[in-house]
Amino acid sequence: MEWIVPFILTVITASTPLLLAATGELVTEKSGVLNLGVEGMMLVGAIAGFAVTASTGSAILGILAAVAAGTLISLIFAFLTLTLMANQVATGLALTIFGVGFSALVGSGFVGFAIEPLPALAIPGISAIPIVGPILFGQDFLVYLSIAVVIGVAWFLAKSRAGLVLKAVGDSHHSAHAIGYSVIKIRYLATMFGGAMAGLGGAYLSLSYTPMWAENMTAGRGWIALALVVFATWRPGRLVAGAYMFGLISVMQLHAQGAGIHVPSQFMSMLPYLATVIVLVIISSDRAKIRLNAPACIGQAFRAAQ
Amino acid sequence: MVRLEPRRQHSQAMVYLSPVLAILMTLVVGGIIFAFLGKNPFDALYTFFILPINNSYGISELFVKATPLVIIAVGLAMGFRANVWNIGAEGQLTMGAIFGGGLALYFHDSESILLMPAMFVLGALGGAFWAAIPALLRTKFNANEILTSLMLTYVATLFLSFLVHGPWRNPEGFNFPESRPFPDAGLLPIIFEGSRVHLGTAVAVFVVIAGWLLLSKSVIGFQLRVVGKAPQAARHVGFRQKRMVWFTLLLGGALAGLAGLFEVSGPIGQLQPSISPGYGFTAIIVAFLGRLHPVGILFGGIIMALTYLGGELAQITLGLPNAVTGLFQGILLFFLLACDVLTKYRIRFGAIAAKGRTA
Repeated sequence: MEWIVPFILTVITASTPLLLAATGELVTEKSGVLNLGVEGMMLVGAIAGFAVTASTGSAILGILAAVAAGTLISLIFAFLTLTLMANQVATGLALTIFGVGFSALVGSGFVGFAIEPLPALAIPGISAIPIVGPILFGQDFLVYLSIAVVIGVAWFLAKSRAGLVLKAVGDSHHSAHAIGYSVIKIRYLATMFGGAMAGLGGAYLSLSYTPMWAENMTAGRGWIALALVVFATWRPGRLVAGAYMFGLISVMQLHAQGAGIHVPSQFMSMLPYLATVIVLVIISSDRAKIRLNAPACIGQAFRAAQ
Repeated sequence: MVRLEPRRQHSQAMVYLSPVLAILMTLVVGGIIFAFLGKNPFDALYTFFILPINNSYGISELFVKATPLVIIAVGLAMGFRANVWNIGAEGQLTMGAIFGGGLALYFHDSESILLMPAMFVLGALGGAFWAAIPALLRTKFNANEILTSLMLTYVATLFLSFLVHGPWRNPEGFNFPESRPFPDAGLLPIIFEGSRVHLGTAVAVFVVIAGWLLLSKSVIGFQLRVVGKAPQAARHVGFRQKRMVWFTLLLGGALAGLAGLFEVSGPIGQLQPSISPGYGFTAIIVAFLGRLHPVGILFGGIIMALTYLGGELAQITLGLPNAVTGLFQGILLFFLLACDVLTKYRIRFGAIAAKGRTA
């Protein structure tokens, strides 16, 4: 059973980028904005984080750069869809196409670079406890941050006044506007938060999960994060379960080969994508649940009557 | 202060002008990016957009690259008009290549003239089959077709990789992950001597004309135009959304599958792990560049084909990374969407009070 601890550790690292990006998108969608550019924002975050870490040697600077980069390119999306009222679906796709190209261009100078992966925060003594020690107390700080952010978002949406306003904007932008809330400003902020978190999720990939840069290294994780938000029916708690389930699936696929299961590797690699489809079908077919939890104004442009 | 003022009617002039404007803005930004990369922007833009087509072979290559883009984009545009967001054309392209190409491999010593038409049919069926899955999941289970069609793209690509690494690997191919070469009867005829322009290019022109007729003359074309412009009106007169989802996804899938078959039985001539430099995704931009109209898509496809050729040339002569192409494509789509605002709104400068109203 000595494999179990490293196995769980890999599941956690595989789940964290999904959880980070999906939490950001959940907040964006709660405000009524559908940003399909998560994949692009993650890639930009991944290369920003990697490039800055590789150039400066400081992972902290790299992480900050990733957050800034994710936020900045989410602003392109926000300007087009919120200020210019462009179609959100098309603009999100554009953001992904742009992010793939931009990250590949910047990253072409960083292929083959090696960096130190994010260090685990070891607490002397406690982290040495068998099994529980390394799992609960031996992660890098972004893992803890991802959990903290989910808890924070859950509290924000359920208990805080600002969270209520955000949900009101997402559920009925005209009413929220009539009461006097600035729909556009709130949506800008929610979109930027989504960008920041996607950037952070991308940075986790390039700084910790696989400490290197490769073109398209997100491999569809941004899209899986979007599916996770639907899976979670826009509730943060279920997002954690979903992200860890997907982390488990993607790690199982890597370990199956070693465990002597002789299925061609390509079929194993299909698992996360097929699982996404199956999960979407199961959740979406419950139309009542979707209608109850989905932000009513999602994807709709808002223009204040003058 | 800048304000947007709604137009009573969409501006017809802007419908045609905004893509031109978007292209110009992309060129300016492109020049700035080249300057950042340490290249002379004028030299780089010349290499990217003029040099590839200053000889007849270059122009013929433009048609080779535009062929799949145009065929796929015509199908996608029908869906986009009806708010059906099939973004998995790359996967449908791959499935079309697997189905149609699989037939050519099964009959690898055939000389029958029936092989090619049969490959056409199977290619289209393969693409339509792959698009039928998101259609079924959307209509039966309410699952978002954006996510399902995209996930299936990864599955299709992995499946092709499995085939050419495993059961369909060329037994005489020194273990390279590629299939046997297709027999001559399974290769598209070249329609211009000395070039790579194949029969598929003629089919692309046919698809444009057929798409145009479908949109302007048929009942379903009328419904597509109405659904896009006035979704609520469409619902009131009872246009069935489910039918629209099935029709646009099957059509888009069949066309993407055909485009995939054309790639493997045209320029490539066998199955390989990678058969498309992202045509299925670029076709999304082509559809918007062409304003979701088949004739516009023809021009849009040629322009986007140029970015592929320019990217290849810039890689060779200027040492720029190939990713520049994707970057250009993304920026162009941003500007297209931004310029679209001009068709629906006027841009007004100055505060509202300037018009005589006091706040």
